Amino acid sequence: MAGYFTNILSGTKSLLVGLSITQREFFKKPVTLQYPWESLEMTPRYRGHIQLVKDGETGTHKCISCGLCDKGCPSGCITVKGEKQEGVKVKVLVRYDLDFTKCSLCGQCIDNCKPGAIEFSKEYNLASTRKEDFYYDLLKRLKEQK
Amino acid sequence: MSSQTASQNKEHFEINLGPQHPATHGVLRVKLLMDGEYVVDAEPVLGYIHRMHELMGENRTWAKYLPNMGRLDYLSALSYNLGYVELVEKMAAIEVPERAEYIRVITTEMNRISSHLLWFGAFVLDLGGFTPLLYAFDDREHILDLLESVTGSRLTYCYFRFGGCSNDVEDEFLTGCLTFIKRLRSRMPMYHNLVTKNVILMQRLEGVGPVSAEMCRKYGATGPVLRGSGINYDVRKNEPYSVYPEFDFDVPVYNECDSMARYMVRMDEMDQCMRIIEQAIAKIPEGPVMAAKVPKMIKPAAGDYYHAVEAARGTFAIRAVSEGKNQAYRMKLRSPTFSNLSLFQEASKGMLLADALAFMGSIDLVIPEIDR
Amino acid sequence: MDLGINVVEMLIYLVGIIAFAAGNAAYLVWVERKGAAHIQRRTGPKEVGPYGLLQPLADGAKLMSKQLIIPDGVDKPLFMVAPLIAMVPAIMIFVTIPFSDSIIARDINLGLLMIFAFASVNVLALLLGGWASRNKYAVISAARAVSQNVAYEIPMLIIAITIVMVSGSMNLKEIVDFQAGGFWNWNFLPTNGNFLGPITFVLFFICFMAETNRAPFDLGEAESELIAGFHTEYGSMGFGLFFMGEYANIVIGAALTVILFLGGWYCPFGLTDGIWWFLIKMYLLIWTVVLIRWTYPRVTLWSLLNLSWKILIPFSLFNLLASAGLIKILG
Repeated sequence: MAGYFTNILSGTKSLLVGLSITQREFFKKPVTLQYPWESLEMTPRYRGHIQLVKDGETGTHKCISCGLCDKGCPSGCITVKGEKQEGVKVKVLVRYDLDFTKCSLCGQCIDNCKPGAIEFSKEYNLASTRKEDFYYDLLKRLKEQK
Repeated sequence: MSSQTASQNKEHFEINLGPQHPATHGVLRVKLLMDGEYVVDAEPVLGYIHRMHELMGENRTWAKYLPNMGRLDYLSALSYNLGYVELVEKMAAIEVPERAEYIRVITTEMNRISSHLLWFGAFVLDLGGFTPLLYAFDDREHILDLLESVTGSRLTYCYFRFGGCSNDVEDEFLTGCLTFIKRLRSRMPMYHNLVTKNVILMQRLEGVGPVSAEMCRKYGATGPVLRGSGINYDVRKNEPYSVYPEFDFDVPVYNECDSMARYMVRMDEMDQCMRIIEQAIAKIPEGPVMAAKVPKMIKPAAGDYYHAVEAARGTFAIRAVSEGKNQAYRMKLRSPTFSNLSLFQEASKGMLLADALAFMGSIDLVIPEIDR
Repeated sequence: MDLGINVVEMLIYLVGIIAFAAGNAAYLVWVERKGAAHIQRRTGPKEVGPYGLLQPLADGAKLMSKQLIIPDGVDKPLFMVAPLIAMVPAIMIFVTIPFSDSIIARDINLGLLMIFAFASVNVLALLLGGWASRNKYAVISAARAVSQNVAYEIPMLIIAITIVMVSGSMNLKEIVDFQAGGFWNWNFLPTNGNFLGPITFVLFFICFMAETNRAPFDLGEAESELIAGFHTEYGSMGFGLFFMGEYANIVIGAALTVILFLGGWYCPFGLTDGIWWFLIKMYLLIWTVVLIRWTYPRVTLWSLLNLSWKILIPFSLFNLLASAGLIKILG
C-alpha cells in the first residue's frame, strides 16, 4: 500500500519536471533556419556535382582526357571524349558529360584525377521536374562561368 | 501453418502494418493477425526496397562497390564504410597510417551518436511524444555539420578509402567535436528528466517486449538488443579492430531483457562514444592520412575473407570470397537489423498493438539495411 | 413584446455561441501549432499574415474547398452524420455556461447535469465515425474511445457530485457565486473548508483531458498505431467538423473546470470581476493542456484504464465520502 502512494507521488513529480522543461524551452529562441529567406554557406568540402576546375593562368580547364574518372566511376555517370588535334601533344577534351541523376557523390573521380581537373561544386539548390535538367555539359558550364 | 489455423478463428482479423505506415520508418510491411487489441501473429514481409547490394558487389570492382556501403544503413553509414574498407585492406594487405585510423574512429563514433540520437527521437515519437524528436534533431544537426565539414556529405558518407581517408581533418573539426561533446553532456540530464524518468514512458517500456538471451542466440540478434538481454558482446571489445584496443571504454549491459533495457543501453552507449572520441582526440598523432602504396587495381589473393565491425545497430559483417580478380566472387553482407527483426515474430505474440509497436521501435529498424 | 425581445436575445446568443466555438476551434489550432513550434524551438506558421495569424482562415478555406470523398462500402448515413454529432452537442453545451454574471444564454437549474448529458453524446460520434468508416484502424480506434470514455465518465461525475454537495446547487451560476470573494474561497483550495480541494481539482483535470481525448490520452488517434484513428477515412469538412468538435470540447472542459474550481468570473482578489477573468483562467488552463500534449508520450489503453479504475475512482470515491462527512460535521 505504501508503494501505491509513493508510485503516485514519484510519477506526478516526473510529470511536473517534464512540464517545466518544455515550458522553459518555450521561452528560448528558435534554432531553425528560415530556409527560403535565409540559407547556409556550404563548407569548403561540400560535395555538390562535379565541375571542371578553371585554371587561373590559361583561363581554361586542365583536363587531359585520360578518362580515368570515367573508368573509375561506380555509377558510370561520366562520359569523357577527347580528340587528337593537330599540333597538340595530348588529346583535347571535346565533351565532358555528367549524368547527375546517377551520381552518388563518392568522389572517386576526383581522387583518380591526376591533373586535378575536376572539383566538387557548391551547388545544392537543385530541383527540377525534368530528368534532362540534370544532364550537365561541363565544358559548356565552364565557359558560362566566365 | 500456425497462422493458417489461427486465421480460421472468426474473431481474428488481419491488419497490414505498412508498407506505408508511420511506425515502420520505411517500407517494411508487417502482417498482423489480431485478436482485438492483441497480436496473435506477426509476419514481417520484406523486399519492398531490395536493391541487390550483394549481387552488385559481385559485379563491380572492389573500389566501385565502396559507395554502396553508405546506402545500407543510412543512419550510421560510416560504420559500414569502415567495415568494408577494413575488409579490403585485410585482403590486399594495405597498411593504414595511424592518423587515418584515429580519424576513422572519431568520425565513426560521431556517426554512432547521431544514429542513436535519431533513434531516440523516433522511438519516443513512436510512443506518441513529439517534442524529444526535435530536441534530438537539434543536437544531431551539430554532428551532421561537423561531419559535413570533413566528409562533404550529411547522410550517405563515402569518406574512407582503401588505405586511409579521402582527406585530412583540421584542428577546427577536433575542437568542434569537443565542443559538441560538452554540449551533449549538458543536454543529457535534460533528456533523462524529460523522457527516461517520465512515469508514462517507464510504464510503457518496463517489462514490455521481453527478449531472452536464449532468443537472441536463436535468431542471431546483436548490438543493443543483445546487450539489453544481459549478454556482454561488442565487436569493438571481443574482436577488436582498428585502434579500439587503445581506448578505455565500457560496454553497457542490462539484464532486464525488456524495451527499457534496450533503451538504456543506447543512452549509455552515447556516453561511452563521447569517452572514446575524447580519448582519440587527445591521442591523435600527426602524419599522413593515406597509405603510401595503394595498388591502383586491387586484386586480392584468392581466399575466403571475413570482417566484422560494431555498427550502431549491432554486428555488421562482410564475408567476401575472392578468386584473385578485381571483383568478388561472392559478397555476403550480414546486416544486424535483419537478425534483430527476425525475433519480432516470436517475441510479439500476445502483445498489445501499442506494446508491439513500442517493441518494434526498441529494436531500432532501418529498413534499407534489412532488405539490402 | 417580451417574447420578441426573448427571440432577439436568443438569436444573438446563438450566433455568438457558434462564432465563439468556431473561432476558438480555429485559433486554438493556431495556438497549438505555434505553441508546439516554440516548445520545439521552431517558429511554426509565419507566412500567412503576421505571425501566421491568418493561417486558420487559410486552413478553413482549404478544408471547405476540398472534395468530400465517401469511400466505397462505408455506411453512408452514419458516415455523414457522425461529424455532425461531434459538433452539435459541443455547441449545445455552451448554452448553459455562465461566462459572467450576466452573459449566459440560458440559466438552467440543472446546468451541470445538462453539460454531462451532452458531453457523453460526443463519444457516440467517435463510435459511429469509426464504425461507419469500414476501416480496421478506425474500428479499433472507436472501440478504444468508447472504453476510455466509459472509464473516465465515472470519476468525473463523482467529482462533480462532490462539488455539487459542497456548494449545494447544480446551477452553474450558483456554484460560481458560492466561490465569490477572493481566491481563498475557490473550490480548488483547502481554505474553502474542504481540505481535499486540490486533489479533487487535479483528478477533475485529468478526467477532463481523458474525456476530450487529448494527449497523453489520445488513444483514439494514436498516429503511430492507428494512422488517424476514427477519422482516417474523413477528409474535407467531415474531418474539419471532428477537429472543431475536439477543440470545442477542450474549451468546454476548461470552462467547466474554471466554473467548478477556479471561481468563474471572480477576480482572485475580489476586485474587477467580469468575463475577462473567466477567459484568462480558461485560456491558462488550455495552455496547460497544450503544454501537456507536447511533453508526454502516449499512455497505453491498459495503463489508461488502470489509472481510472485503480487511482482516480478510489480517490474520487474517498473524496466524496470525506467531503460528505466534513459537510455533516461542520454543518
